[in-house]
Amino acid sequence: MRKVYLDHNATTPVDPLVLEAMLPYYREYFGNPSSIHEFGRLARKAIDDGRVSAAKLIGAKDVDEIVFTGSGTEADNFALKGAADALKQKGNHIITSAIEHHAVLNVCKALEKSGFKVTYAPVDKSGIVKLDELKKAITDKTILISIMYANNETGVIQPVEEIAKIAKEKGALFHTDAVQAVGKVPIDVSKLGVDLLSASAHKIYGPKGVGFLYIRKGIKPTPILLGGHHEKNRRAGTENVAGIAGFGKAAELALKNMDKDAQRVRSLRDGLEKGILSAIPHTYLNGHPEKRLCTTTNISFEFLEGESIILNLDMEGIAVSTGSACTSGSLEPSHVLTAMGVEAVRSQGSLRFSLGKENTEEDIDYVIKALAPIIERLRKMSPLYKG
Amino acid sequence: MEGQYSEKVMEHFRNPHNVGDMPDADGIGHVGNPVCGDIMELYIKVRDNIIVDAKFKTFGCGAAIATSSMVTDLVKGKTVDEALKVSNKAVAEALGGLPKIKMHCSVLAEEALRSAINDYFKKHPKK
Repeated sequence: MRKVYLDHNATTPVDPLVLEAMLPYYREYFGNPSSIHEFGRLARKAIDDGRVSAAKLIGAKDVDEIVFTGSGTEADNFALKGAADALKQKGNHIITSAIEHHAVLNVCKALEKSGFKVTYAPVDKSGIVKLDELKKAITDKTILISIMYANNETGVIQPVEEIAKIAKEKGALFHTDAVQAVGKVPIDVSKLGVDLLSASAHKIYGPKGVGFLYIRKGIKPTPILLGGHHEKNRRAGTENVAGIAGFGKAAELALKNMDKDAQRVRSLRDGLEKGILSAIPHTYLNGHPEKRLCTTTNISFEFLEGESIILNLDMEGIAVSTGSACTSGSLEPSHVLTAMGVEAVRSQGSLRFSLGKENTEEDIDYVIKALAPIIERLRKMSPLYKG
Repeated sequence: MEGQYSEKVMEHFRNPHNVGDMPDADGIGHVGNPVCGDIMELYIKVRDNIIVDAKFKTFGCGAAIATSSMVTDLVKGKTVDEALKVSNKAVAEALGGLPKIKMHCSVLAEEALRSAINDYFKKHPKK
C-alpha cells in the first residue's frame, strides 16, 4: 500500500545526509566534548561546527548566542522561566497569546502559580494575534512578551517583527517560539529584533532530542538545568554531540534549499487544499490564507469528528493529525481554533495536513481521492448531517 | 494517541453494525454535545417488550462509533428490562476494553440506550 506522510509539523524523517553526519559521533568520535584529549577535542569540534550552522540559519551574529538544549520544549522552558526569574525584581507581568504551544502555555500557567501575572492576548478570526489588544495589555510591570512565530496547528505566521518593536519600546524582553518556522521561512534575528528564539531539529529533517535557544548577547536568563559548566554555564549536561552534529547539518541543508523546497511544497499544499475544498462539500479552511507556512493547511470537515477521519486515512496509509480532542489526549476542542472563534462542532472536525520535501504530486492526488469516500461514509453515520 | 484501540474496537469502527435512521422508532435517545466531541442518537424498535431492532448515528471518535455499534448489538433481542441492565462496563468489555481516556464513550453509549428506553416508556406508558 502507498504510504503518504502529511504530518511534518509533528516530526520529519531524518535526512540521509543528516544521519550520515551524525553516525561518526556514535562510532569513532564518541568522546566527551569536555575532555581535553583528542577524543574530546573531536567531539568539541562537532559542537562548534553545529553552532556555526545553527547561528547562520537564523542570522545570529555571535555563535555564542546559540545554546543547545534537549528539545524545543526545553528551549521554551528556559526562555520563559529563565527570563521571568532573571527579571523578577523589575516586574511580574508576562504577555503571551491564546494560541501558543503547550510548551509555552503550561510554563505560563506554572509561572502564574508562583506569583507572576500572565495575559493571554487574543487572536482574530484568521489566527493572528491582535496587536492593539497586546499593546493595551502592557504595563510598567511587563517584563516579557512571548509570541510564537508560526502556529503548529494552522501554520499562521505572527507579526513577530512588529511585536519585537512594541516590546523594545516598552522595555520588555521578546521571546518567540519559532519551532515551526525555523528552516522553513527566512529568519534574521538581528533584523527581527527578537531577544530569545526557540528552535528544534526534528522539525527540519534533523534528529529528535535536540533544540536550541537563541539568546541575544547581554541577556542572561537564569539556567533551569544546573550541573557542569556546559554551554558556557547556561545549560548543564553532557552535550548531545551526534544530535548537535545532525542539527548543524539539517540547518545547513535547510538554508541551502529553503527557496527551492518552499516553492515546491507550497504548490503541493495549494493543490491539496484546493482539491479538498472543491471536491468535498461543507469543508472550511482554518487560518489566514496567505500569512502562513507553505507546508500547512488546516481544514474543517463539518459534521465529523477528526479522529474518525484520521483512523480511516491511516487504513489507506495516509498520516495526518488533528489539534482537536482525541489525539491530544484531552476532550476539549483545539485551543487554537477555539481562540479563533471556530465553533466547537467545526473545530472537532478539523484536520491538519503538514507537508514536507519528500511529498509528491502523486501523494496529493492519492489523498484527495481517498478522502472523499471516507468523508461521505462517515457523514452518513453522523446525526448532525442531514444531507 | 494515548493507549491503542483493541482489535475488536477497530473491527466495529471499520464496519460498524446497525448504522442508520429508524423513521418508525419506538424510542429515541439523544445524548452528548459537540464541545465534548461526541453526540449519539440511538433508536429502538420494541415488540412485546422485546427490543427487536436498534440503530444509531454517532458524531465522534473511533471509540464513540465502536461503542455505539456494540451497544446496539448487545440489546437486540433483549427485553426492555434486560437492556436497562446493560452497563458501560459491559459495552467496554465486549469490545475487549477501551483506552482509559475513551471510557467516557462507553458511558455515553449506556446513556444513549437509557435515554432511548426512557423515551419508549414515555411514549408507551404501561397500561
